Amino acid sequence: MTVQLQFDDLTLGYERHPAVHHLTGVVEAGALLAVVGPNGAGKSTLLRAVAGILSPLAGAITRNGLHPHDIAYLPQIAEIDRSFPISVFDFVGTGLWRSRGSFGAIGRKDRDRITHALATVGLNGFERRGIGTLSGGQTQRMLFARVLLQDARVIALDEPFNAIDSRTVTDLFELIVHWHREGRTVLVALHDLDLVRASFPQALLLARAAVAWGPTAEVLTAAHLAAARRMCEAFDDRAPACAAPAPRAA
Amino acid sequence: MIVAVLITPFTEFEFMRRALVGVIALALGGAPIGVVLMLRRMSLVGDAMAHAILPGAAIGFLLSGLNLVAMTLGGLVAGFSVAILAGLVTRVTELREDATLAAFYLISLALGVTIVSIRGTNIDLLHVLFGDVLAMDAATLMVIAFNTTLTLLALAVIWRPLIVECVDPLFLRTVSRAGAPSHLAFLALVVVNLVNGFQALGTLLAVGLMVLPAGIARFWSRDISGMIAVAVIAAMVSGYAGLVLSFQTAVPSGPAIILVAAVLYFVSLLFGPAGGLARRLFPARHLEA
Repeated sequence: MTVQLQFDDLTLGYERHPAVHHLTGVVEAGALLAVVGPNGAGKSTLLRAVAGILSPLAGAITRNGLHPHDIAYLPQIAEIDRSFPISVFDFVGTGLWRSRGSFGAIGRKDRDRITHALATVGLNGFERRGIGTLSGGQTQRMLFARVLLQDARVIALDEPFNAIDSRTVTDLFELIVHWHREGRTVLVALHDLDLVRASFPQALLLARAAVAWGPTAEVLTAAHLAAARRMCEAFDDRAPACAAPAPRAA
Repeated sequence: MIVAVLITPFTEFEFMRRALVGVIALALGGAPIGVVLMLRRMSLVGDAMAHAILPGAAIGFLLSGLNLVAMTLGGLVAGFSVAILAGLVTRVTELREDATLAAFYLISLALGVTIVSIRGTNIDLLHVLFGDVLAMDAATLMVIAFNTTLTLLALAVIWRPLIVECVDPLFLRTVSRAGAPSHLAFLALVVVNLVNGFQALGTLLAVGLMVLPAGIARFWSRDISGMIAVAVIAAMVSGYAGLVLSFQTAVPSGPAIILVAAVLYFVSLLFGPAGGLARRLFPARHLEA
């Protein structure tokens, strides 16, 4: 198995306060990994770093030759201006950015791909609608269609099923499984442990530091979950500088 | 009679023909910029920039009198400085763009008016602030045409990142680094078009031919391409009718053009099919599905 993502003594955070502390480990290419943990455990922070939006405070992420721009990232709270006058079709079409960039023409083949992506997420007939007219679940379907078009080797989804009805969850989860079968590496931050147990081969239990990482059944034990809850203490303004040895210079 | 009012000014006087060509060019460049300003929630930023270019224009005036080339160059330098400074301050610090620009524009306005009054008369000040179609000579027209062409070409280049950054800034950051450069390029285009509107509209009202047509367009279309088409047409109509009004009543051309745009704006506000007040007050029966 080749390594797709490697975290090397990785510390991530905001204003020097760590949200993910000294994380080391690898995500193999083609893995379907659930990132679980209590609120404030650093799940979103980790995915942001994987997508290259957040630079590490210390340590490093190696992406095995991938540029951060080659990673499809769906944030927990998408910063979409839903009042913007753009159609669902055009919005989803931005998923072709990697191949079309700022100037490339969107040809007939691309149009077919966009239409097909919309059909895959169950949004046929919504092409000409403005994005502001969609419901929450439909918006999430639209965002999945864009991820689909991004055709990325690595896909990072942050809590994609928040406030989404079960039918939509089922449909969208099918897509995640499909991506996994195509050999893509998929990281999903989730808090629905039943879904993780039922469908994810691998899990990372995060509570600022990694509590456990490996096959899901071995990670989601009662002891590990209790430990994770204890480890998520509040951030302290007067915390001393971390005493762990500084990472080697890159 | 109607012909005498609406058409004769342009057949009789060359400066009116030049002014008409000028405002049409202004509409072509400024209206799309205005639509993007509105969609980026930056309409007031445009207004602030209009004030910010004043000291540059005033220094040009101080050095060489009512010389259009000098004033244009001064305005461009001042506008770019403020746009780039404000853009950088916003991206580097916590201060939002509106706050940064508000500070810059108040300083600039005070500075600009002071500089003009040191050397010029009140008439000069009036021309600088509110425009003077008589000042539109052939050289000025060439400058305006050049700037409009430049605007349309540059917009075509930065269009995609500019639009995607409005809709979903985080997504753009994950796929491209074009966000910041296209934002700065757009601010530069705002300055170019403000300076462009200088002679016909004056420094204070130049932004009017961007912001008002955009506001009008919002009430007629829910699609960005449609909005731009409506905005360009609204700006052209305002320019033409404003010139006629200015010619017949001796009102300065800037306020005349903007007042016509204001009338169109209120008509749209009331009767526009996309969210106009009449539709809200007297809604049609709801649909089956």
